[in-house]
Amino acid sequence: MFVYVFKRVLLMIPTLFGAAVLVFLLMRLIPGDVCVLRLATGGGMDPQVLRNCRAEIGTDQPMAVQFYRFIKGLVTFDFGKSMWTGRPIVEEVGLRFELSLQVAIMATITAILLAIPLGTISAVRQNTWIDYVVRAFSIAGVAVPSFWLGILLILGILIASKAWFGTPWMPPITYVPIWVDPLHNLSMLIWPALATGYRYSAVATRMTRSAMLEVLREDYVRTARAKGVFRKLVVRRHALRNALLPVVTIIGIEFAFLMGGLVVTEQVFNLNGLGKLFVESVLNQDYNMTQALVMLVVAIFAFTNLAIDILYAWLDPRIRYNR
Amino acid sequence: MATISHPAEEALPRPSRLATLWQFCAQNPLGAAGGFVVIVMILMAAFADLVTVYDPTRNNFGAMLEAPGREYWLGTDQFGRDLYTRIVYGARTALTVGFVSAFIGGTLGLILGVASAYFGGRFDLMLQGVMDVLMAFPLIILALAVVAIFGTGTANVIIAITIPFIPRCARVVRSSALSVRETPYIDAARACGFSHARIVMRHMVPNVMAPYLVVMTAAVGQAILLEASLSFLGLGVQEPVPAWGLMLRGGAQEYAESAPWVAIYPGIAISLAVFGFNLFGDALRDWLDPKLKV
Repeated sequence: MFVYVFKRVLLMIPTLFGAAVLVFLLMRLIPGDVCVLRLATGGGMDPQVLRNCRAEIGTDQPMAVQFYRFIKGLVTFDFGKSMWTGRPIVEEVGLRFELSLQVAIMATITAILLAIPLGTISAVRQNTWIDYVVRAFSIAGVAVPSFWLGILLILGILIASKAWFGTPWMPPITYVPIWVDPLHNLSMLIWPALATGYRYSAVATRMTRSAMLEVLREDYVRTARAKGVFRKLVVRRHALRNALLPVVTIIGIEFAFLMGGLVVTEQVFNLNGLGKLFVESVLNQDYNMTQALVMLVVAIFAFTNLAIDILYAWLDPRIRYNR
Repeated sequence: MATISHPAEEALPRPSRLATLWQFCAQNPLGAAGGFVVIVMILMAAFADLVTVYDPTRNNFGAMLEAPGREYWLGTDQFGRDLYTRIVYGARTALTVGFVSAFIGGTLGLILGVASAYFGGRFDLMLQGVMDVLMAFPLIILALAVVAIFGTGTANVIIAITIPFIPRCARVVRSSALSVRETPYIDAARACGFSHARIVMRHMVPNVMAPYLVVMTAAVGQAILLEASLSFLGLGVQEPVPAWGLMLRGGAQEYAESAPWVAIYPGIAISLAVFGFNLFGDALRDWLDPKLKV
């Protein structure tokens, strides 16, 4: 197993390098630069000031030098400073990472709690009204934009709170860590978690259903039933555990996606997370910040994939990576 | 040379297209419902001028935030524009972006996926490496970067959405093409000395059409969602072009309490459209997958 994990970590290097090249080039293809934007906001555009600004942040250097500095920074975990705010990137990202991670974890829990029971019951009762309802529910989850669901949730909260308490209530907008004030924290983040968790659960429900349908047709399931094992027990012990493999994959991939992909939902709920930081850094042409964020998301994606593969071995004893 | 007749084949006429369609609808009621939604959307987009009376882009400050009623079926927005008209015209934008990006992205993915599986070896390894990198990039962020480079507008949104679709389609098609590559008729084609291009285009591509069509149908729905997301962020289609995501931007949140229809109807339109394409795509997959037919 150790050798397998080591090999997999080595195989991540080309992916990470490819992503580094891609983001480096993409950012430099965007017309204009951060200095032009910064100075335009400040009101003046003196050529000398512009040159000084570029020299200060290093964008006046040849592309090869800039790329070398970027890669060196990655290898030494020195991501430098934001070109827009001038604050260290680790600090800027750290502030938002906590919030995004919590929303991602809460959305994942919502998705698992919904998807596994619904997907299983839908497969077991295939082509009955329950199956049709679950399928419609899950397909609707994939179809409904989570940002729209967010708007509806806010609208629902406003209307319900006004009807019940007389004055409209809105979720708090300032982030407080869960260990400081759990009630404040949860009343702020439960809504985006529900909005994204529903969409996420829809994808996982569909996967659970199709995996269960396949497994339920296997010979060993038929054998277990023929032996007289209770249907519930067959479903839980024999079928579900084997059907979980693709479900784990989809849950893992979606989790990685949530870490950087909640751009629109964050906008709706006015959350200051990684997604918002991403949009701001691309629009402000903050090369350092965008590069660091992309590398963070790609690394999370790659490590999540590795974690999924390791989980496979635990879920399916037939899979042994050291052979 | 003597010819062998197959009486069984002669006795079984091929079912007509109408009969096949009926069979599809009977076996996949949800898919048929999805197909119906898609057809209605296409008709709405094609005959938008005939089914609406107002101009989708003209402001009417005398009728701002009118509630749904006889004059304005779905109400008006903060600029007094009829929501029903904008939703009908918005279907044009959604379908144009959806079909064009799904078709281009899907087709490029099909060619790359089949070529990757057919040639194998280093070519496959390198191509899959590139695909891995593109797949690891969050879809919306790649789209965001493309929009930042090329600017906003329908054509640029199509480019932004097409690029992330290529690796997703290529990956699915490649897995099917790998099994097709091992079939005897591909060996036979090679033994006959056919060119690589001929084997790929004439013998492999037609045999991976099923996953391609399924991915394409799902991609149309995803493209509509992505276009709505980009427009909602202000990075997609720009005012005054009617687009569903754009309709949810600004006014929808601002007037959510006093004029909820501004937020509700465009969202329903997006959801229904994606819902229709997903239902249809699911049914198509079940229909084309022989394993699920059993």
